[in-house]
Amino acid sequence: MSLRVNDLKVYYKTLKGEVKALDGVSFEVGDGEILGLAGESGCGKTTLAKSLIRMDGRMRHTGGTVELDGEELPIGDDRRMNAFRFHRVSLVPQYSMSALNPTRKIGKMVTELLRSRGVTPDAGKLRGRLDAVGLPHEVLDRYPIELSGGMKQRMVMVVSTLLDPSLLIADEITSALDVSTQKAVAGALAGFRDDGLVKSMIFVTHDLSLTYQIADTIMIMYAGRLAEKAPAKEIIEAPRHPYTRLLINSLPEVGVRYAERKLAGIAGSPPSLLNPPKGCRFRDRCPLAFGQCEQEPPVVEVAPNHSVACWKA
Amino acid sequence: MLKLDNVTKVYRVGAFGGKTLTAVGDVSFDVRPGEVVSLIGESGSGKSTIGKMILGLTPVTGGSITLDGAPVRPGKEYYRHVQGVFQDPFSSYNPVFKADRVFQMIRQAYYPEVRETDWAERVHATIRDVRLDPDQVLGRYPHQLSGGQLQRLLIARALLLDLKLLVADEITSMLDASTRIDVLNLLAELKERGLGVLYVTHDLSLGTYLAERTVVLRHGKVVEMGLTDKVFGNPLHPYTRQLLAAVPRLHAPWEDAEPVTDCLYHRGGASGGLSEAEEGHFVACARLDGCPE
Ligand SMILES: Nc1ncnc2c1ncn2[C@@H]1O[C@H](COP(=O)(O)OP(=O)(O)OP(=O)(O)O)[C@@H](O)[C@H]1O
Ligand SMILES: Nc1ncnc2c1ncn2[C@@H]1O[C@H](COP(=O)(O)OP(=O)(O)OP(=O)(O)O)[C@@H](O)[C@H]1O
Ligand code: SF4
Ligand SMILES: [Mg+2]
Ligand SMILES: [Mg+2]
Repeated sequence: MSLRVNDLKVYYKTLKGEVKALDGVSFEVGDGEILGLAGESGCGKTTLAKSLIRMDGRMRHTGGTVELDGEELPIGDDRRMNAFRFHRVSLVPQYSMSALNPTRKIGKMVTELLRSRGVTPDAGKLRGRLDAVGLPHEVLDRYPIELSGGMKQRMVMVVSTLLDPSLLIADEITSALDVSTQKAVAGALAGFRDDGLVKSMIFVTHDLSLTYQIADTIMIMYAGRLAEKAPAKEIIEAPRHPYTRLLINSLPEVGVRYAERKLAGIAGSPPSLLNPPKGCRFRDRCPLAFGQCEQEPPVVEVAPNHSVACWKA
Repeated sequence: MLKLDNVTKVYRVGAFGGKTLTAVGDVSFDVRPGEVVSLIGESGSGKSTIGKMILGLTPVTGGSITLDGAPVRPGKEYYRHVQGVFQDPFSSYNPVFKADRVFQMIRQAYYPEVRETDWAERVHATIRDVRLDPDQVLGRYPHQLSGGQLQRLLIARALLLDLKLLVADEITSMLDASTRIDVLNLLAELKERGLGVLYVTHDLSLGTYLAERTVVLRHGKVVEMGLTDKVFGNPLHPYTRQLLAAVPRLHAPWEDAEPVTDCLYHRGGASGGLSEAEEGHFVACARLDGCPE
């Protein structure tokens, strides 16, 4: 097993109290597995991604453990995590287009970054990776401002995977790309895995149709908790959690027009994570809710590798 | 309302600006009141550059952009009517201001006559329109919000103004399916009340949902444009077809589409002008004039 996350809790400190952004999440990612992670805006996807790499000052590791290749990740200890970052686990952050240093040419920046991590730059390897994501080599001679949003995004992706980390976390990296580039980048990611450059991957996206194309397993989160996790085909074709079902139903298809058929999102909004309600957190939006839902539904394996947290599943 | 005539943008790139790069070449289209025009094209095709020129954030190199007949004049009055929400919300936001402060600044600049309590009500209503809970988001700094929350606050900020035109550059790309539909429906309502929207997106299904007309851009040039139904119902340019084939779909694995590399038009061999293939449907494809390939 590459990654084993056990009852992980990560909260944010704020003046009004703690935001329980990740509140007891357990899952595993196997060797060679691509896990797609999806869920409503604000449900804790980025928090999970950051927790495995670098917690910012306001994040607090409140409970649970993370194990990578059999070794415990000291996620609450910024200094000890240094040995793991980039080398063993790497993150391509959401909105990474703003992460590039504007005053340095791209090529120079990459060299400096590698040196600062004690690695000798390998020009051939770098060029190979540019090819894999469809960037021309001459971007190395340009400044970040001279690249489009999607080009910057892909550049950060190249940098984050240069050291062949065991686990790669990609946070919404294809969201700003056009469909052809998206397809190329998703293909490149799967290729990194197929060629053993990275052992396993967490692919965060709201785009279920895209995850469906490359993920082996899909995990759906809701309000800081796991709602459902299953093999990609199974979760799309036979979802068991009411939230997953509604989410899949709200996907538009090419050709649907507002004027002809008005689509509807899921009514209501997710609960505040400052004081999340007891019981099932989806309760006040769930069409199937009943008395028992006032108690928290446990995560139950309803079929092999298919887990659901719902009393009705 | 908004009109682009033969707009061109050439950037100087490289250390001493020694090389040039034509990001946008000879683009013409318009956006009418109450109309959504979607702008589609691959990464680096010049979509954001067009958006920035409309907002006066970078000058045009050639051609002209006019709003109601007047050239783009960046400034308070212009921005009262024309706003942009861009791809990367973190860079559009001042990190030291909390959300409520940002909304206050709009009032001070544009609506000093509106009473504090009325303004608060307006802000709350707009924030709820973008599916956020005002109590949850207003007291927070940008870094305390999720990506999608921040993006929606930027939309709300733009909508508080007396807008005629919204340049929306991939604004829903970071939202989950359900929230995205809500934001799109909101745009559709605003459009029915007369707002014009230039909707930059890579997501063809979202483009078709809202837009009357679609412009497909490649390497800074328009390859196909016209009524959305026609452009996607009867795609004529090989590039448009390739885009459609690359759309990921549920229940079906990706189709393999031939990449457009060996097309006469793209090798620069054809004239490249747009011709009208059917009513309201224009395409710059030499095949129509008997392309040998
Ligand atoms: N620094 C912070 N302080 C307080 N709350 C925070 C902070 N960062 C994030 N949050 C809150 O934690 C919750 C989870 O945020 P997170 O960024 O993990 O969401 P997400 O699932 O990645 O959403 P999106 O799809 O919009 O990117 C949100 O409700 C957000 O408002
Ligand atoms: N400030 C700049 N200086 C030099 N070149 C630039 C500048 N901004 C953009 N470019 C170049 O212009 C071209 C078009 O960029 P633009 O940002 O408009 O693309 P885009 O269609 O928005 O792409 P994406 O979908 O990736 O955001 C790209 O080749 C880019 O490298
Ligand atoms: S536990 Fe109850 S409220 Fe929660 S999803 Fe299942 S049926 Fe709905
Ligand atoms: Mg996020
Ligand atoms: Mg762009």
